[in-house]
Amino acid sequence: MADHLNLFIQAAFVENLALSFFLGMCTFLAISKRVETALGLGLAVLVVQIITVPVNHLIYALLLREGALAWAGLPDIDLSFLGLVSYIGVIAALVQILEMTLDKYFPKLYNALGIFLPLITVNCAILGGTLFMVERHYTFGESVVFGVGSGFGWALALVGLAGIREKLKYSDVPVGLQGLGITFIIVGLMSLSFMGFSGIRL
Amino acid sequence: MPDDASSTPKRSRDSISNTLIVAIGVSFVCSILVASAAILLKPRQLKNEEEFRQRIILDVAGLYEPGVDLASLYASIEERTIELASGEQAPVYLVMDGARTEQVILPIQGAGLWSTMYGYLAVENDGNTVRGLRFYSHAETPGLGDQVDKPTWREQWQGKKLYGPDGAPRIEVVKGPAPDDSDYQIDGLAGATLTGRGVSVFVRHWIGEQGYGPYLKTLGEEESR
Amino acid sequence: MSDVDVRKVVIDPLVDNNPVTLQVLGICSALAVTTSLLPALLMCVALTSVAALSTAAISSIRNYIPNNIRIIVQMTVIASFVIVVDQLLRAYAFETSKQLSVFVGLIITNCIVLGRAEAFAMKNGVGLSFLDGLGNGLGYSAILIIVATIRELFGAGTLLGYRILPLVSDGGWYEANGLLLLPPSAFFIIGLLIWAIRSWKRAQAEQPDYRIHAVHRTEVL
Repeated sequence: MADHLNLFIQAAFVENLALSFFLGMCTFLAISKRVETALGLGLAVLVVQIITVPVNHLIYALLLREGALAWAGLPDIDLSFLGLVSYIGVIAALVQILEMTLDKYFPKLYNALGIFLPLITVNCAILGGTLFMVERHYTFGESVVFGVGSGFGWALALVGLAGIREKLKYSDVPVGLQGLGITFIIVGLMSLSFMGFSGIRL
Repeated sequence: MPDDASSTPKRSRDSISNTLIVAIGVSFVCSILVASAAILLKPRQLKNEEEFRQRIILDVAGLYEPGVDLASLYASIEERTIELASGEQAPVYLVMDGARTEQVILPIQGAGLWSTMYGYLAVENDGNTVRGLRFYSHAETPGLGDQVDKPTWREQWQGKKLYGPDGAPRIEVVKGPAPDDSDYQIDGLAGATLTGRGVSVFVRHWIGEQGYGPYLKTLGEEESR
Repeated sequence: MSDVDVRKVVIDPLVDNNPVTLQVLGICSALAVTTSLLPALLMCVALTSVAALSTAAISSIRNYIPNNIRIIVQMTVIASFVIVVDQLLRAYAFETSKQLSVFVGLIITNCIVLGRAEAFAMKNGVGLSFLDGLGNGLGYSAILIIVATIRELFGAGTLLGYRILPLVSDGGWYEANGLLLLPPSAFFIIGLLIWAIRSWKRAQAEQPDYRIHAVHRTEVL
């Protein structure tokens, strides 16, 4: 249990996908202008992450890994090179399903998110989360915790950045730095502060 | 003149039969491309992994010479599999001098600050004195934790004793500089206390009862005979 | 394909329409692999090849792709090329490929590749699409090389592994700037780079959301 809690803290703060590994930056920088949209997108990313990381773990463990197909009588086959295509397929399919579900049962949220919902498919943070899970050989339980933690961390960073940018609306930023430039500097400072979490073990 | 994507009539492009044809066609072509690359390159990749591992092992044993044929250097190394207390099998590498075991190289791994560190520990045939330590994979902070790669830090491990007189693991990475005359202590890493602590913890685990402890003890007893 | 077209497609993405500093694409891996120059160079080669080849491939079948599976087809093509490049790296540049591991896989979601496939390859011929992918890859590479050079040279005193500045810890005079080896520095460097580019090319500068206006009193209090 303590291990899992540790993993959550690690995934959400110390190894924050956005601020330590720079994943999902494109959407991160583009959607961070207003807190409301940031909250909506953060929540959507969290949901997708919670589902894709464990599902991809099952696919890797039961189908792709070397020796994984032993249950089908084919213990010598190593399909791990198909990993990337399978994971992105799962992610694309899930985002499509999420889109249809939201459209049918939560139309208000669906409209609020608009174009950003399909953009989650190409959010590096989602695929990155899966790839880290594979590289670190997590178990199923750890995959679930990692999915929750990493999604939560990314959403937290996004909402934080949106909050800061809203406050900066009335600041006197030099012409060349306006917009994208100052956002990079802000994210750099946020990233520096998140490093303060390193080494925390429960 | 740019030609755009509407030269094929929309209806036939979005039809079910076309969708199926394109989907199957693209999947087929891509699978062939990917599978061929994977299969054709696999032997070379395996060779790379094997050579990499051999190079690291030779380096830890102090036998590596750049430019010399790897296979001839590795000829004196014998691979064995031993069983740990947990029932798990672990490979160990013996550096042979004729029929005598000169040193043994043990694969070790454990948690550093950021993620798992993988390396090899070389122990002399008395099962207690360290010959070398090297990590071939880690994600420690550049400039701080990655001082574990520095030759000056790694050299300190040579000649240190793993176990105290009572047989319990005593080797450790301390905080700050280690006393000059200590048999068991290694200098801490400046600005990387947690990496150093991590190394102490998992090295001790691997030389303890759950790791290679029993094997090293047997090795020491055999040699002293 | 006229000469002007070719030149525009390849040269524009270097500064005027740079994928990283203007289009805000491809940032993810751009920041993470720039601690030293060698992995950054390999990443540039990998991305440029994938971008050029996949935009060309997608462009060749653009007239046949049905709309409702458009994105998936593009992603399948891109993913396949990425896997091939990854396998090649593991066969021919083994040690560096270990460092790049996760990030090569992330080329699939690299917005540059999918972005150009959508915006350009679906509407243009194979030759031009190949060059567009190449041009954007080069623009991305330019930024990566600048950032990686600064970070490795001033953070560790080496370049491509060769010692350039002797470190104090080895008896030299250069006190290495440790911050440059840590993740946040990449953000600062690119932010400053953007500032420099936009001061040079004023047209790229963004308008502020709100300008504080000086109010002049006209009546006597």
